[in-house]
Amino acid sequence: MVELSTPAKWALRVVVISYVFLLVGWPMITLIQNAFSDGLGNFQAAFSDPDVVHAMIVTIEVSLWAVGINTVFGVGMALLLVRYEFPGKRALSALIDLPMAVSPVVIGLALLLVYNGRTGWFGPTLEAHGIQVIFSSPGMIMATCFVSLPLVVREVVPVLTEIGDDQEQAATSLGANAFQTLRRITLPAIKWAIVYGVVLTMARSLGEFGAVKIVSGNLIGQTQTASQAVEQEYNNFSQGEAYAISFVLVLLAVLCIVVVSLLRPKEPSA
Amino acid sequence: MTTAVLGQDTRSVGRGRPGVHSTLTRGSSVGLGLAMIWFSLLVLIPLAAIVVTAGQHGWSGYVDTLKNPQTWAAIRLTVTQSLLVTLVNVVMGTLIAWVLVRDRFWGRGILDVLIDIPFAMPTIVAGLVLLGLYGPKSPLGINVANQRTSVTLALAFVTLPFIVRTVQPVLAELDTDVEEAAASLGAKRATILRRLVLPSLVPAIAAGAALSFARAISEYGSLVLLSGMLPYKTEVVSVRVYSFVEGGDQTAAAALATIMLAVALFVIVALDIIQRTVARRG
Repeated sequence: MVELSTPAKWALRVVVISYVFLLVGWPMITLIQNAFSDGLGNFQAAFSDPDVVHAMIVTIEVSLWAVGINTVFGVGMALLLVRYEFPGKRALSALIDLPMAVSPVVIGLALLLVYNGRTGWFGPTLEAHGIQVIFSSPGMIMATCFVSLPLVVREVVPVLTEIGDDQEQAATSLGANAFQTLRRITLPAIKWAIVYGVVLTMARSLGEFGAVKIVSGNLIGQTQTASQAVEQEYNNFSQGEAYAISFVLVLLAVLCIVVVSLLRPKEPSA
Repeated sequence: MTTAVLGQDTRSVGRGRPGVHSTLTRGSSVGLGLAMIWFSLLVLIPLAAIVVTAGQHGWSGYVDTLKNPQTWAAIRLTVTQSLLVTLVNVVMGTLIAWVLVRDRFWGRGILDVLIDIPFAMPTIVAGLVLLGLYGPKSPLGINVANQRTSVTLALAFVTLPFIVRTVQPVLAELDTDVEEAAASLGAKRATILRRLVLPSLVPAIAAGAALSFARAISEYGSLVLLSGMLPYKTEVVSVRVYSFVEGGDQTAAAALATIMLAVALFVIVALDIIQRTVARRG
């Protein structure tokens, strides 16, 4: 292994640590200082506002829905992509990555064009049957699903490839049906990959802003989410409240990545 | 995290020969059908709607949108800032990955966790957090709020993990025997780094750079509070699309969005090609 000279090594350390500290570390410290600038006052002010509490609940509900849907879709899609051959597979695999590269605003616009109740492709028909998508929870859940779509698939695919299908074939040859093989063999093997995918999806969903902002209409006390509440509080000069809500959101997000980094090294094979 | 696996996973997916027959069973066909219905309703049809809406006025729709000086300024700002930030990431991301893999010092674990924070942090909060240190009340006395630099800063923050997380696993897997062999044959350190280490990292750096660029040109949330979204000065393409949507001009929004989609698709295809080239090389 090539070893750098001691001065080069130290120079590199200093450059890297100062860059990350100035870009991420210090801003995080400032966030904590600003959130706790008058003890717990900012938190009391923010969370005694029923609209903020409502926004928090809406965010968690929407995220849980998105996580549930994306987990089922993600695991199913990963199984199909790894275990089966079919025409168009490569294109499908690439398309699944697309949401990572598309702007949240474009995602919001795309859903708006199809599902809005006046001029959308499907919107008027759905509303005639009593289903409102845009400016309502279905639209917000769809927007959140869209932005976090690849996360579960991309965690599960490499693990499924790695473990191979020997055990599954053995189970099948011993008379297990498809469901039994899935439940007893496949799912336990990819358990941790699913957990990582779920945690990442949760972190991404809790913080989604642009796409949800467009489809939710940002109706305070109804479809406003926590990240939209941050923007609103900040623009209303309630910066303390904005920092308090942000702190809670960051705490949840950081908790998610800490859980991932704690889980990951223990199961190197999974 | 996710970006880290991106470097290796898709190659396994496409191992089948082009034009292969289907190996779907009846159950999996139903599963694929259901998944495709959901994927179409969620992703494909809405994205198609953007292209169709933009195309309603033919080419003149695009030309009119692009001719608008405010939109053109937004496109220029977005592209130049994204390229700048991607360049910064190519250098800093590779250095960070090197330090994380090859160096041992106290606090390296904290550094590792800090890298993931921009990935998990809500984008609106990212803007607010940067505003705390580099805004009007900055303890450093640096105020970039509503300045061009704020766009660079926000983009550098949100794209920090991409190159680090694509290069890191490749660097960790690198066979160090070759380096030792080269050293024992008298190669200088700089030569080993330039001729052995760097070439094997290039695909990972390229993949990370593509992701970082794609993220930068599509960024919205972190710029809302930090940049002030001033036309001709700090307004980026996403913000422009948003104001078109808010103003009810869906055709203009769709035209601009189509251009962004084309870039996104280009990046995804480039990534796919990079990964396949790497896979073929083994």
